[in-house]
Amino acid sequence: MSETTQAVKKSLSRRYRKEKIFRATGMAAILVGLSFVVILFVNIISKGYPAFEQTYIKLPIHFDEQTIDPQGERDPEVLRRADYMGLVKESLREAFPDVKGRSDKRDLYNLVSKGAGYDLADRVLADPALIGQTQELWLLADDEIDTFVKGHVTHSETIPLAGNPVVTDNDGQLRITGDAVVMDSLQNSLRDLVPVEMADEEETVMLPDDGPSVLLELQGGLVRITAYDPEGVTGKVVSPLKPDATDAGWNLVLHETPEAERRVKDKTIFWVRTLESRGLVEKHFNTVFFTSGDSREPEQSGIAGALAGSMLTLIVTLLLSFPIGVGAAIYLEEFAPRNRWTDLIEVNINNLAAVPSIVFGLLGLAVFISFFGLPRSAPLVGGLVLTLMTLPTIIIASRAALKSVPPSIKEAALGVGASKMQAMFHHVLPLALPGMLTGTIIGMAQALGETAPLLMIGMVAFIVDIPQGFTDNATVLPVQIFLWADSPERAFVERTSAAIMVLLGFLIGMNALAVFLRKKFERKW
Amino acid sequence: MHYQGALVTQSGTLIILLLGVLAVFFYAAKQRALNAAGGASGIRTLHSLPRYYGAYAVLWAAIPALVALLAWGFFQDPIVTKLVVSHLPPQQKSLSEAELSLVINDIRNLAAGDRSLDAVSSQIALAAEHYKNLHATAVAAKFVVILALAVVGGLFAWSRVSPRLQARNRVENIIRGVLILCSVIAIFTTIGIVLSVLFESIRFFEYIPFTEFLFGTHWNPSTNSFGAIPIFTGTLMISVIALLIAVPVGLMSAVYLSEYASNHFRAWAKPLLEILAGIPTVVYGFFAALTVAPFFANLGHSLGWDISPESALAAGVVMGIMIIPFVSSLSDDVINAVPQAMRDASYGMGATKSETIMKVILPAALPGIVGSVLLAASRAIGETMIVVMAAGLAANLTANPFEAVTTVTVQIVTALVGDQEFDSPKTLVAFALGLVLFAVTLVLNIFALHVVRKYREQYD
Repeated sequence: MSETTQAVKKSLSRRYRKEKIFRATGMAAILVGLSFVVILFVNIISKGYPAFEQTYIKLPIHFDEQTIDPQGERDPEVLRRADYMGLVKESLREAFPDVKGRSDKRDLYNLVSKGAGYDLADRVLADPALIGQTQELWLLADDEIDTFVKGHVTHSETIPLAGNPVVTDNDGQLRITGDAVVMDSLQNSLRDLVPVEMADEEETVMLPDDGPSVLLELQGGLVRITAYDPEGVTGKVVSPLKPDATDAGWNLVLHETPEAERRVKDKTIFWVRTLESRGLVEKHFNTVFFTSGDSREPEQSGIAGALAGSMLTLIVTLLLSFPIGVGAAIYLEEFAPRNRWTDLIEVNINNLAAVPSIVFGLLGLAVFISFFGLPRSAPLVGGLVLTLMTLPTIIIASRAALKSVPPSIKEAALGVGASKMQAMFHHVLPLALPGMLTGTIIGMAQALGETAPLLMIGMVAFIVDIPQGFTDNATVLPVQIFLWADSPERAFVERTSAAIMVLLGFLIGMNALAVFLRKKFERKW
Repeated sequence: MHYQGALVTQSGTLIILLLGVLAVFFYAAKQRALNAAGGASGIRTLHSLPRYYGAYAVLWAAIPALVALLAWGFFQDPIVTKLVVSHLPPQQKSLSEAELSLVINDIRNLAAGDRSLDAVSSQIALAAEHYKNLHATAVAAKFVVILALAVVGGLFAWSRVSPRLQARNRVENIIRGVLILCSVIAIFTTIGIVLSVLFESIRFFEYIPFTEFLFGTHWNPSTNSFGAIPIFTGTLMISVIALLIAVPVGLMSAVYLSEYASNHFRAWAKPLLEILAGIPTVVYGFFAALTVAPFFANLGHSLGWDISPESALAAGVVMGIMIIPFVSSLSDDVINAVPQAMRDASYGMGATKSETIMKVILPAALPGIVGSVLLAASRAIGETMIVVMAAGLAANLTANPFEAVTTVTVQIVTALVGDQEFDSPKTLVAFALGLVLFAVTLVLNIFALHVVRKYREQYD
């Protein structure tokens, strides 16, 4: 073996190791990229899917003629303006007769969304014969209640206890004791729930106000435990007990998030749990989300307005950008002389494709709104701006489609006496059209996801009504996502993710259509 | 609402009438051509196919009418408004421009039948009546003028139809003109961008000196200090973080996909990776603001570092994820363009695959890769939604990626969203920043496209 061979042999294992490492790095880079895709989708979907369900509360509503239409004239204007929330409040008071005090009552009324009133109004307007009847209706719950029912407010645990406790009232301080069965089950459950180190078995354990809520549900009321010791439990009343209640069961309940850190209080949770135990709380498919416009109240807000705005904007974009894009592509590919002038156009188009989208927004603001005086926030202007933005994409794709048609087609047409125009429009264009459509769909998908330029032309307004025309105030789906993402309520986070899911659904659909078209009409010449 | 509805139906009626007129002229001209030829048997004597004579007449009827319609749309409202204003009592004519526009608005709303304005003065009510009458006259005049133009144009073309008329050539010339118009729109767009951004910027530089804007280090629009250096450094930092993520991941992915991966793996991994480029930026913004930024803030908290919830790091990392596919697909293209002969030569010398890639392929592809990185950088600089949602508003001049910084695009959005007064530097600054943004990205793009194109030619 020569010296060189030996040197090579020696270095060989090191070089192979390097090769393996390099290859693994490449694989790792792809896995990192793909894992970002997965993380993104999992993140959005896990946040968003609960928004497709909404909590409803079933209440008996008495359509009282005195409240709705005291004159008995059934005038739609009177019917529309009646105090329907009053009916809901009446029903809530009947469900919880022992709730007294203004602030408690207000909390109680807040179980049901303000939107329930409009719902009742619609029902009465549709069928005035309802007046005077009593009906059991599913009413929209408030977003905070919805969030709690979906388990996002606090982690809760409930342990049923045994025996019959004895309650003594000591100036609002309740003392709960009982026989060995009671104390055993109480002490064991407390030890399970409250992770407190007990140095001495005899010691009194204090439960601070800013800690987790430890509660006892007994005798139809609710007690918050403030301290406990081996003999019994001390607590204060949250919801009054009814000593004559026949309901014998009692439960220990823990809400891990301290009461001060959540917007749904112990008392409200107790009401919701009471309603739940009566089978009056259910989650239904969230139709509001797909049929309403925006709203300040999360439970009443939906994407219908934004979807309509997106559709109107895209219609304008499509009607303008497809013919203009195809026209420009035909001219540049087939008719333009090769000179400086057309070179300039080409460089221009390539550059426009890479200009930041927000600059198109500035153009729209300065030219369409300030100079031409077109209305702000309108799908018309949005469509114009997006047309300018998507044109390069469509032109480039259409030129590629025209290039892929073999020249023999055109030459054959010219050979039998067609003019250049006829050869183009009768023979080449139909063959290039599928490719052009594919490019257009991809351009439309880009336009559908675009946000920044639309912010510039005022499509960020808070708009409740669903836009009907091209000059109405409107917003679009991505801007709606942007607006909701700013809202602190948990329910809006959920809705933002759900709106993103809808948007991604549309984009995936459009891209799938483009791929399908390409596969179906692709021709190998 | 009613008013707008009425407007829509009016335009609808006009367009339907116009289409009717056009259809009549199409058949009339076609028939005249056929008759002139002596029926279907004499069709050889015509210069063009009969339908071209029809199309010729249609174009003569339609083009003047459409031009007039467009002009009418632009000028009707200003003229009517001017007439109404000239009839206003003198004390209202002497109002300032802003107040006058409010009065005009009232008049318009009243004329549109807005009942909520019951309490306006009788003068305004009178003016509204006047406005309504003028408007009705204008609409009626529009119908007459446009239909008359169509008929006159059509009749003229119809009268010229004869077998020797070169109808096809004329129609085709017009179509060609329309096609040229389509392709010139790209140039108009660029000119429009440059002019609109430039004019408003010049107005901004009347308030704030150019040098103070470009080299000042203090930025606080509410106190009219517009030194943009902190904005530029913030943009630069976020873009650099993004590139630090995107270039290694994108480049290594491209290398693996083009040199190692089997066709099968490549066929599904490449499109999956490109999903990242198709996701709307607002989704990335949401992800950055609600997931990544809190994650970094908590991570910093547990490590004892102070990471701002609006840190440059979060926005930069998410932006990096977004531009991975830009780097990877462009680099993939350039790596594939390296001739196979160069690889074979390297293998023939006994080099391993990784040695070939590092010492032969990447150096050969370097200009193209640089081009793709520059294009990605231009994307990162111009990206808006991620930074608007995840980066801060405070213009800190800092090199610490854990602190909040702001960017050019964020400042443009903040200046223009919400209430605008068009004469204040607070609003106009958006256009000055837009000018800088446009100029920088333009230079990057032109340079990158040039490098990529030149490189491609080298191996063709």
